Amino acid sequence: MTTVFDRPHALTDVPMHYCPGCGHGIIHRLVAEAIDSLGIEGKTVGVASVGCSVFAYNYFNVDMVQAAHGRAPAVATGVKRARPENIVFTYQGDGDLAAIGTAETVHSAARGENITVIFVNNAIYGMTGGQMAPTSLPGQVTQTSPYGRDVSAVGYPVKVCEMLSQLDGPAYIERVAINSVKNIRAAGRAIKKAFRYQTEGKGFSLIEVVSTCPTNWGMTPAKAMKWAEENMIPYYPLGVYKDKYAGDAEKAR
Amino acid sequence: MSEKVLMKGNEAIAEAAISCGCRHYFGYPITPQTEIAAYMAKRMPKIGGTFLQAESEIAAINMVIGAASAGVRVMTSSSSPGVSLKSEGISYMAGCDLPALIVNVQRGGPGLGGIQPSQSDYFQATRGGGHGDYHLLVLAPASVQEMAAMTVRAFDLADKYRMPCMLLADGTMGQMMEPVELGESTGGTVDKPWALTGTGMSRKHNIINSLSLTPDELERWNVDRYARYAKVERDEVLYEEYLCDDAEIVVVGFGIAARVAKNAVNAARAEGIKAGMFRPITLWPFPKKAMFERAKTARAFISVELSMGQMIEDIELAVRCTRPVTLCSRVGGMIPSPAEVKKSIEDAHAKLDGRN
Repeated sequence: MTTVFDRPHALTDVPMHYCPGCGHGIIHRLVAEAIDSLGIEGKTVGVASVGCSVFAYNYFNVDMVQAAHGRAPAVATGVKRARPENIVFTYQGDGDLAAIGTAETVHSAARGENITVIFVNNAIYGMTGGQMAPTSLPGQVTQTSPYGRDVSAVGYPVKVCEMLSQLDGPAYIERVAINSVKNIRAAGRAIKKAFRYQTEGKGFSLIEVVSTCPTNWGMTPAKAMKWAEENMIPYYPLGVYKDKYAGDAEKAR
Repeated sequence: MSEKVLMKGNEAIAEAAISCGCRHYFGYPITPQTEIAAYMAKRMPKIGGTFLQAESEIAAINMVIGAASAGVRVMTSSSSPGVSLKSEGISYMAGCDLPALIVNVQRGGPGLGGIQPSQSDYFQATRGGGHGDYHLLVLAPASVQEMAAMTVRAFDLADKYRMPCMLLADGTMGQMMEPVELGESTGGTVDKPWALTGTGMSRKHNIINSLSLTPDELERWNVDRYARYAKVERDEVLYEEYLCDDAEIVVVGFGIAARVAKNAVNAARAEGIKAGMFRPITLWPFPKKAMFERAKTARAFISVELSMGQMIEDIELAVRCTRPVTLCSRVGGMIPSPAEVKKSIEDAHAKLDGRN
């Protein structure tokens, strides 16, 4: 019998705590597949953040440290500087990365720190029960924007890829999504490339993954995917925002 | 390096850290400790180490967390307002049982305060500073030589007990120059099987974490940590007594205050007052047993501090209010003079008449 589908080795065999239909399950799998396919599990160290993905330290089958809210890129910097031979990644949500951790995000990118950041943007605070995030869309109703996000009062969403791509430091910035099979496959390729860049010493990579939160959006998983496609992706266009080494493969040919 | 060299206190800390195997420093500039960062910036690249100026004290302490998680000797340094910013990370380090050195070269507060010496972070240092039940092991040097020696000791103790250690100095100690003899390299020999090195596909993954949503588990972690703290309290207390055996008045001070106190004690002795000096070297654990014993012979205590009176509470607790304890202090960057301390000795002595 041939196995055609299996759990990636870089994921532990434990039940996840995520809500049914949550995007984290897919994204965890993509990260684990990238680690498997590059053969780097034994030397990878992950940094979990604060938010729904805090328990990522139980799910990735690699050495893990849990960072304070927003500080994962600084913790990752410390690990990487201490052990440059290790592959170091952070896994962060939008509140963690684009609100409380903005300084750590911007400066690790500006330093060109040789780490990989997986940024899950689902436009809401999940763990605390659905509050407005720095990436909540204009007009989006959340627990703390009950009349819809009023940009005249609380300002506009933070577009992380657009912002970071203006810096000289980062090597690779791409925004992907998980709303369709095609996009999931593209997301997997981007995540793998980000890890590969780190193994090649190319510097800072950030992959923003437009994801969903059916529970706090108050939608079925299928409807949430549709909502992401119709509302988030137009505001957060997918694509490569920066790739210092784009064309290197062609040049090598 | 075993010959005596003239060094600033801040530089002695930096060189001592390097001597005992610290190759990672993360910091952010703040007066009056910036010489530590400047020294590291010069030295680290030449010895294959890492000096990184972080974007904030918050980032710096979290970089320390990362490097400590990876199992290397690592330190940061700052001064009072910066240590407040680091407090979140220090709480995480305590909760994750991570060893590292945090240096606080104190300045006057609260708020932005001033840039002159102070000891007003005593509560912050000895009570932990951040949220949750935890302690730092706090060492208070009183000379440039001790700045160096205690840096090495702090790294050793941090590794031994898996806890963050703090060197609590002040602007005077950081800035003054004295001859110092730097010891040979000692450190980094503790085995750290918990460290994040990558599994090498040969062991279960290590997790460094302070989170548990299971109350009985989180309680157990706290209780286990405090069992370790009990060993520290039993085995690691340090203090110095000067002319205390027959002293009626005992002046208590740490760091720069102890040096002033010693002069005042000598001056009082010259006038026939039996005064002595008690210098806590570990502020946590506080030498409460020794102080309680001393209260059996001494009749009054004076706390000399560069604060509005913080350590005085530990003295009162240590002697269990069996003896009067008075405060002699200056704040805002001022230092009590030997004459001021001597006056407080004389006042305490005058009040002894009629008491047993």
